[in-house]
Amino acid sequence: MAEFMAQGKQPEVLFWVGCAGSFDDRAKKITKAFVKLLNKANVEFAVLGTEESCTGDPAKRSGNEFLFQMQAVTNIEVLNAYEVKKIVTACPHCFNTINNEYPQLGGKYEVMHHTQFLKTLLDDGRLTVEGGKFKGKRITFHDPCYLGRANNVYEAPRDLIQKLEAELVEMKNCKRNGLCCGAGGAQMFKEPEKGDKDINVERTEQALEVKPEIVATGCPFCNTMMTDGVKVKEKESEIEVMDIAEMIVQAQDL
Amino acid sequence: MNYIPNILFAIALIVGIGYFAKNVKKLIRNIKLGQDVDVCDNKSQRWKNMTLIALGQSKMVRRPVAGFLHVIVYVGFVVINIEVLEIIIDGLLGTHRIFSSIGSLYGVLIGAFEILAILVFISVIVFWIRRNIIKLNRFWKNEMTSWPKNDANYILYFEMVLMTLFLIMNATDLHFQDLNSGNVISQYIAPLFSGLSEDIIHLIERGAWWIHILGILVFLNYLYFSKHLHILLAFPNTYYGKINPKGQLNNLEAVTNEVKMMMDPNIDPFAAPAEDAPMPAKFGASDVQDLSWVNLLNAYTCTECGRCTSECPANQTGKALSPRKIMMDTRDRLEEVGKNMDANKGDFKDDGKQLLDDYITREELWACTSCNACTEACPVSIDPLSIIIEMRRYLVMEQSAAPVELNNMMTNIENNGAPWPYNQMDRLNWKNES
Repeated sequence: MAEFMAQGKQPEVLFWVGCAGSFDDRAKKITKAFVKLLNKANVEFAVLGTEESCTGDPAKRSGNEFLFQMQAVTNIEVLNAYEVKKIVTACPHCFNTINNEYPQLGGKYEVMHHTQFLKTLLDDGRLTVEGGKFKGKRITFHDPCYLGRANNVYEAPRDLIQKLEAELVEMKNCKRNGLCCGAGGAQMFKEPEKGDKDINVERTEQALEVKPEIVATGCPFCNTMMTDGVKVKEKESEIEVMDIAEMIVQAQDL
Repeated sequence: MNYIPNILFAIALIVGIGYFAKNVKKLIRNIKLGQDVDVCDNKSQRWKNMTLIALGQSKMVRRPVAGFLHVIVYVGFVVINIEVLEIIIDGLLGTHRIFSSIGSLYGVLIGAFEILAILVFISVIVFWIRRNIIKLNRFWKNEMTSWPKNDANYILYFEMVLMTLFLIMNATDLHFQDLNSGNVISQYIAPLFSGLSEDIIHLIERGAWWIHILGILVFLNYLYFSKHLHILLAFPNTYYGKINPKGQLNNLEAVTNEVKMMMDPNIDPFAAPAEDAPMPAKFGASDVQDLSWVNLLNAYTCTECGRCTSECPANQTGKALSPRKIMMDTRDRLEEVGKNMDANKGDFKDDGKQLLDDYITREELWACTSCNACTEACPVSIDPLSIIIEMRRYLVMEQSAAPVELNNMMTNIENNGAPWPYNQMDRLNWKNES
């Protein structure tokens, strides 16, 4: 972003990578896949790099409003200093926080989830998607809570899967009734409370019921939870857990 | 002498409505114990929500069987109340079926009431079977202890009895049966009484009439003590319910002010606070008075249907959390606070108890994934999640009592801007990895 600023230019969009997308080995693959698609579509984009910091979502949902607002105010100062107008992110938690919780603190931007952004690239003809190796495959989509219920985005990810000419199969709990993967509300960072079962295993069982070849996700945390769930069920040789951006990249051998 | 029934009726009406009004005042006082929130925004959206969700039952029918039966009982309740209006006028003036003078329309009206009455009766029986014979899982969760279970059944019995009395009252009204207009259902009940003398039949009719209206007054007063308050509170509750995106949690103004001060280089960090500076606000909630009044209205509105709990991922996997219990606990504690105030001339005397720990445990609060399944499931826009978050805020910001793993996560964010212990300078490393 600083480079754009130095040249006196504004990028079309700022890609908010997020902590998972920056540091987590699995999520970094999603980041790189999404970047490939942005380059393919000739999107002029920027990242904040080392100037990016946690949005504060897990802190806020743990009840630490102080830490959340410290993070938020710092990030907003950086974003406003660069006069950022439009943000895209591959993490529904970052998406929700920047879109819904930053405006009251002075950070007003147009925020899109990467599936929404990819959808607009397709609609504008800047990117084409072919089925490739996904043609005819059974794919089920796990709705991230912070994309679906929290922000009513259900169709963009599904439209992309349809574009892959894949067979989209729905779990018994989908869209607004989607079952959480178990990572939201800062659960990602702690062991679950005691119970009969882990939530990600319950959700994975729902996915297995529809016999998919691929479980598609749109959230780095859901990705981790579902991948773990598939491993618990010892199905990792048959079922892949993939982000939609990765699928589009692989379909075209990018 | 002839005026005695009218006078008795008027007294019953005044006592019944008066006692109810007294409890409504108490209800409003209790709800106002909550913190103020601004709900003046977006009036048109709020009216729309109330019309669709409460009046139109749009979220009830997402579960088709329960939804359909509920719509019958709801429509029956609303429409048959027109008949109650006639009963009240008759009772006060000593008339008999005063509306019958409107002619054939009266037959149509009463006919509709009778059909609704029998449909309500059948629906209520099905509800009873679902609760007590089929034992649907959500009606038998841990928090459904004896009172919530009995309360639900008492309401069903009340409705069965009221509908039966209404039909008997019509069936034994010989004049009404002679008109043979509108007695769609009661004409089949009338033969049951055909062997009896006219006087006895008249006595039964009067008895049914009186017990019916007295029953309605008792039922009205039962509401305050029961989960059944939702028939009234669903309307304000859907109006004042959350209109922001579900993922948006409220912003704590008190914290914003503190953060602004911390970020302002011109503020003297060692300045003594002004003499008259107000006490800093308490962060989060440990008791009902710390919650917003909308949270408290939510608690009174909850009819314990358990749709939230049955959708909750934590509850489904055997965790202690049940969103319904959060609402029931909030109401129980609020009632306790209210009774404490009644006993102490309107002032709350510290009773050494609070909502946190004495009602809602920390284990429940930390099991929530904030996934909003509960708020999506609630047919009357109740928001258990906001109570959970407020109580987490108290635990973290007032007590520093977060689970140790979350403390680690928060320390990481403070130190290196990410929930994991990675170096901030490595944020862009992915760019150069293949």
